[in-house]
Amino acid sequence: MRRALWILAVLLSHWRRHPMQLATLLIGLISATALWSGVQALNQQARSSYDRAAAIFGGARTPMLVATDGKMLPSSVFAELRRAGWPVSPVVEGRVQIDGRSIRLLGIEPFSIPKEVGDAPTVGRSELESFLTPPHRTLISPETLADLGLKESAAPRLSNDALLPPLMAQQQLAPGVLVVDISDAQRLLDKPGQISRLLVGKMSGKLPPLREFAAGRLQLVQPEAETDLERLTDSFHLNLTAFGLLSFVVGLFIVNSAIGLAFEQRLPVLRTLRACGVSARQLNSVLIGELIAFALVAGLVGLVCGYVIAAALLPNVAASLRGLYGAQVPGELNLRPEWWLAGLIISVAGALAAATTSLIKSMRLPILSTALPYAWQEAQRRWLRLQSSVALAFFAAAGLLLWFGQSLLAGFGVLAALMLGAALLLPAVLQLVLRLGERGARGALAQWFWADSRQQISGLSLALMALLMALAVNVGVATMVETFSRTFLVWLDGRLAADIYISAADEAQARDLQAWLRTRPEVQAVLPGGRAEVQVAGAPIDVLGLPDHDTYREHWPLLQAGDNPWKQLVRGDAGFVSEQLARRLNLSLGDSLDIPAPAGDWRISIAGIYADYGNPKGQVTVNVAALTRRFPATPMTRMAVRAAPADVPGVIAALTDKFGLDGRNVVDQATVKQESRQIFNRTFAVTGALNTFTLGVAAIALLTSLLTLANSRLPQLAPLWAIGLTRRRLAEVELLKTLSLAGLTALLALPLGLLVAWCLIAIVNVKAFGWRLPFDVFPLQLIRLLIVTLFAALIASLLPVLRLARMQPADLVRTFTIER
Amino acid sequence: MSARATLTRRRLIGGLGLLALPRLAHAQGFAGLSDSADGFAPVTPGKTFSFPADHGPHNDFRIEWWYITANLSGPSGKAFGLQWTLFRSAARPGPQGEGFDNQQLWMAHAAVTRADSHRSTEKYARGGIGQAGVEAKPFQAWIDDWQLRGTDTTDDQALAPLDMSASAPDFSYALHLEADRPVVLQGINGYSRKSERGQASYYYSQPFYRARGRLTFDDQPVEVTGQAWLDREWSSQPLSPDQSGWDWFALHFSGGEKLMLYRMRQGNGNYTSGTWVTADGASRPLGPDGIVMNPTETVAIGERKLPVGWRVEISALGIAIDSAPLNPKAWMGTRVPYWEGPISFKGSHTGVGYLELTGY
Amino acid sequence: MRVLSVRELTKSYRSGGEPIKVLRGVDLDLASGERVALTGESGSGKSTLLHLIAGLDAADGGEIILDGASVGALDDAGRAAIRRERLGLVFQQFNLVPSLSVQDNLSFQARLAGRHDPAWHTELVERLGLKMLLKRYPEQLSGGQQQRVAIGRALAIKPSLLLADEPTGNLDEDTADEVMALTRDLVTRTGCGFLMVTHSARLAAMLDRHVHLHAGRVA
Repeated sequence: MRRALWILAVLLSHWRRHPMQLATLLIGLISATALWSGVQALNQQARSSYDRAAAIFGGARTPMLVATDGKMLPSSVFAELRRAGWPVSPVVEGRVQIDGRSIRLLGIEPFSIPKEVGDAPTVGRSELESFLTPPHRTLISPETLADLGLKESAAPRLSNDALLPPLMAQQQLAPGVLVVDISDAQRLLDKPGQISRLLVGKMSGKLPPLREFAAGRLQLVQPEAETDLERLTDSFHLNLTAFGLLSFVVGLFIVNSAIGLAFEQRLPVLRTLRACGVSARQLNSVLIGELIAFALVAGLVGLVCGYVIAAALLPNVAASLRGLYGAQVPGELNLRPEWWLAGLIISVAGALAAATTSLIKSMRLPILSTALPYAWQEAQRRWLRLQSSVALAFFAAAGLLLWFGQSLLAGFGVLAALMLGAALLLPAVLQLVLRLGERGARGALAQWFWADSRQQISGLSLALMALLMALAVNVGVATMVETFSRTFLVWLDGRLAADIYISAADEAQARDLQAWLRTRPEVQAVLPGGRAEVQVAGAPIDVLGLPDHDTYREHWPLLQAGDNPWKQLVRGDAGFVSEQLARRLNLSLGDSLDIPAPAGDWRISIAGIYADYGNPKGQVTVNVAALTRRFPATPMTRMAVRAAPADVPGVIAALTDKFGLDGRNVVDQATVKQESRQIFNRTFAVTGALNTFTLGVAAIALLTSLLTLANSRLPQLAPLWAIGLTRRRLAEVELLKTLSLAGLTALLALPLGLLVAWCLIAIVNVKAFGWRLPFDVFPLQLIRLLIVTLFAALIASLLPVLRLARMQPADLVRTFTIER
Repeated sequence: MSARATLTRRRLIGGLGLLALPRLAHAQGFAGLSDSADGFAPVTPGKTFSFPADHGPHNDFRIEWWYITANLSGPSGKAFGLQWTLFRSAARPGPQGEGFDNQQLWMAHAAVTRADSHRSTEKYARGGIGQAGVEAKPFQAWIDDWQLRGTDTTDDQALAPLDMSASAPDFSYALHLEADRPVVLQGINGYSRKSERGQASYYYSQPFYRARGRLTFDDQPVEVTGQAWLDREWSSQPLSPDQSGWDWFALHFSGGEKLMLYRMRQGNGNYTSGTWVTADGASRPLGPDGIVMNPTETVAIGERKLPVGWRVEISALGIAIDSAPLNPKAWMGTRVPYWEGPISFKGSHTGVGYLELTGY
Repeated sequence: MRVLSVRELTKSYRSGGEPIKVLRGVDLDLASGERVALTGESGSGKSTLLHLIAGLDAADGGEIILDGASVGALDDAGRAAIRRERLGLVFQQFNLVPSLSVQDNLSFQARLAGRHDPAWHTELVERLGLKMLLKRYPEQLSGGQQQRVAIGRALAIKPSLLLADEPTGNLDEDTADEVMALTRDLVTRTGCGFLMVTHSARLAAMLDRHVHLHAGRVA
């Protein structure tokens, strides 16, 4: 042990003499760990809140029995099933209104809830005793309690005059839901003797078939591997993870080059240690130990940075998750111990992976150095050939995935394969370009310039590859975001063509409102609308009823339409479907779709397909009169109002005064647009921030590679100095070389980035969200990125070049005398 | 995670179990509930039992149970024990609530015992929705798919024949019970005192069941025959606050006689009582004097020390016997825990039976 | 007492597919306190012999007994232990650790071996004339100074045998003589065996015995 410490001390002394190298190594590890674990923290936070939501007393995690017609079931079916051995537990679910706010109410039957209902909120014994002791209790999450502005033990009255059992806050409960005993739920929701569904516990033995119960109305729904929320948000998290992974890889590139260089420099020391009686095994153990120690320290710092990053991004992430998907993610970061552990493990694993080549070299290290000169050219050629063939293999994989892949993951696979392939091919392409340049060079210095650049590629290739990837992703994401925001704004104008949107408390109020609005001279039109919710092909969709009016005829964002689409709608047997729904159900113009309506299926033919960005649910638009005929129970409480923009505030103020409407019930178009825009901006703010981080890490990679390269370049530069080039001139040439390599890489990154953008828009987006955006190229944006890159490269190469320019002649002379 | 959820569920149910089950409750959990029977029907002497009505539930009373134990043997003479119990408990007195709002809470225990293994399980349900309940004619008592049921031809006085079944992941059983003698009223014409201070219950038994059927341990079925004993008891206030538990015997003598015996453990000395039933079904109340019950063997289960071996002497009947458990670890690890297992005895007489130890 | 005994040692290298026999059966003995110069023309195998003795490379055949232990029979860890505890090695290129100060360079092998002796350390510093240089780093030293540090490091463990491979090859003649003289004195003081590879007849003459290697054999 003591000996190991001495060896470690000798090894560590190297870093004391080369603090910059140590900094590089640590920065690489820290940034890799920080970005990776930051993203993981965000994902974990979001996922655990989905879990919380999904697991509320067997939400979507448990198999369920539901009525085939989607209606309520009689309570009696519960006992019948239990007596037949089915391990079921009834649930009553509905929505109640507290103080004008609609909130989900869940009634459970605690005696029969299956043990397998994982992650159920843990509730203490005394609390559950009171849950079931009259007057019972209502479980509520602290967040929702605060949202409602209520105190614990309060017993709020619902809008239907029923009294809720006293509230009891439960830390573990998901926000946005009230949990009561099933008997209370039936009373509060006015559903006596009815249940919504049955949770199914672990089934064993032979059970009688379901068709023997409830007149064959029962259907077993297996739990989905993912909840709706998870499925909807998957793409978002995949996005984050992809960025995290990319940054991690880029960070490891830095680590790899730092470790590689340190290893080369420490080779003589390693040999000396061996000669002085350190066995190979002990030396390697200490080397690995040293690396692990660094990785742990850097991992810890990286985790703290990751925490800071996650905490900084969380509000935006939470806001976009809420805005896009209605997912409730608490804004306060709450990390499990596993996160810290996983971060340290990934740091250590990353460091070991990045050091693999060096460690293998050290294990095979002969004590006696071979006298053979290092044939870098031959080795480089062989390496390039291998790397290029791997690159081609990646391209082939990308092609296969593109052709055969169906899933979102395959879409990301295409992206990853393309980028890795391109990165691996980069050195070969640069070689080719430089060789062409060399052939065309006139003059000794020019020739040397090209040749030396070529030799330098091997040292810089990792950094350049990292730069290429970061740039390509940057171009891709920036293009997609820009495309999206333009398309989205146009679409928003079309969708929100009316000027005021009103949602009345009930139909009576809606009638009063309409009557009053029609008397107002400044109101140009009142457009009542309705909305029904149905299940089609196992997923919920909205059926939107619109009146036949110019406002919609002129603005509705139809992507495809038949002849006279709006006329078809008025007939009542046609509708428009949203792009997402059309893709999911594989519908095209003229096809028909059966909508389950109370009086039987309603067959509509598809007269148009329209854009419905940002809506995870499918949507069908029909004429409002047809909708109310088919869904008589649809509350006609929504309406849109046309008025001149200048009159809008007046109308809203009058509505507020006269009908007591507030921001929840009446909203003007500008506000809705602004809110929508905000949601999307926040989503892309997260992407943008990670994008910048990635570029930053790539810049650090470039800087550190150049710094470490600068030292080893002295022997190559010294002869030039000796034959009469000034240090200043040498520095200029060096700078030019680095900039041209970086510039070349950036130029290569542009087409790759556009390819990435195309993948994102045409594959990933379609698979993730169900809509496809038009593909546009924004040249200004590309130029801006090019300039930023060159600037980053300039800064990165400036420090080593300045050092070179200021170097004492004596140092240059030494390169001749000291054998390296 | 799921372990935590399970624990929570158990805790919840445990809370209700305490409310529900004075017979099994610990003194500490029970205190404050047992001494008040507000609104529930009182147990008074002089009740005339009427069958089949009294086989059914008495919802005006706080608690009630249908309790069957059986001493069985397999083809090779190997001994088994078995338990099937349904408890009813009312959370509040008064008219019965509709549907899920019903105040009756049901709990059931099932167990099987052999010399080297004891397995038990429990179930809970609320009344009012048909998941659990008891009907007098034709007799049936059930919770989920466990049941104890007769047919149209079941004799009301003997409460026989009956079919009984229960299952758990690691055991199950189905038994057919027959008897040719009427049920036996315990105590004084079915009025059974539990202390000197008036705590009492209505109590009758059918100790003459002949049982045959199949018992399954881990999917290994075994055909069994033997004798079974039904206890029916209901009350609103069976224990006094200082009673910490009891030691209860139901004994089948080789000569066909039956003996029920219990000792209530309380602050100032114990209260013992029993009933002697001759082979032809004539009964005679015993005690509180003249009964000597003393532990001779204890076994430690966790923190608890349980007296599983006993010496019983009733000089008036010339009884002096020593009992030993078939499996000293017949611990019911249910939410309300207790010891319940088959025993055998020898001495002046021989036979088998069941022992129940609560409040330890 | 015999420190080193080499018997029938053979070694060949492959170069371009053709095996080249470097040692063709070398026999050599060395007693404690004995100082032997190993000479020979380039390629005669003198450095190879030294490396084999030090366990830096494995022989093809024959036997090396160092301090009673057969070097050939040991695994890497065993050979490392021999080097650490019984051998002092001095190379032409000094092979100091550039990131350690003179002080640490001097002591680290002794510390690795777990036999750092402060008194001996002080004496070595004194005799090698390194007292004023202890805080310096190797790159701040002249060649002669560096080699003195290397010799100090090798002797700090009080080895049974000091092996030197052209220790003065990088030094000018005056410095070389000075280093040689110092080494000889210290070897005497330590009482260890000393085997030095050199191509200089002048330096070889400064030692007790002279073994000449020719075509892979002791001539």
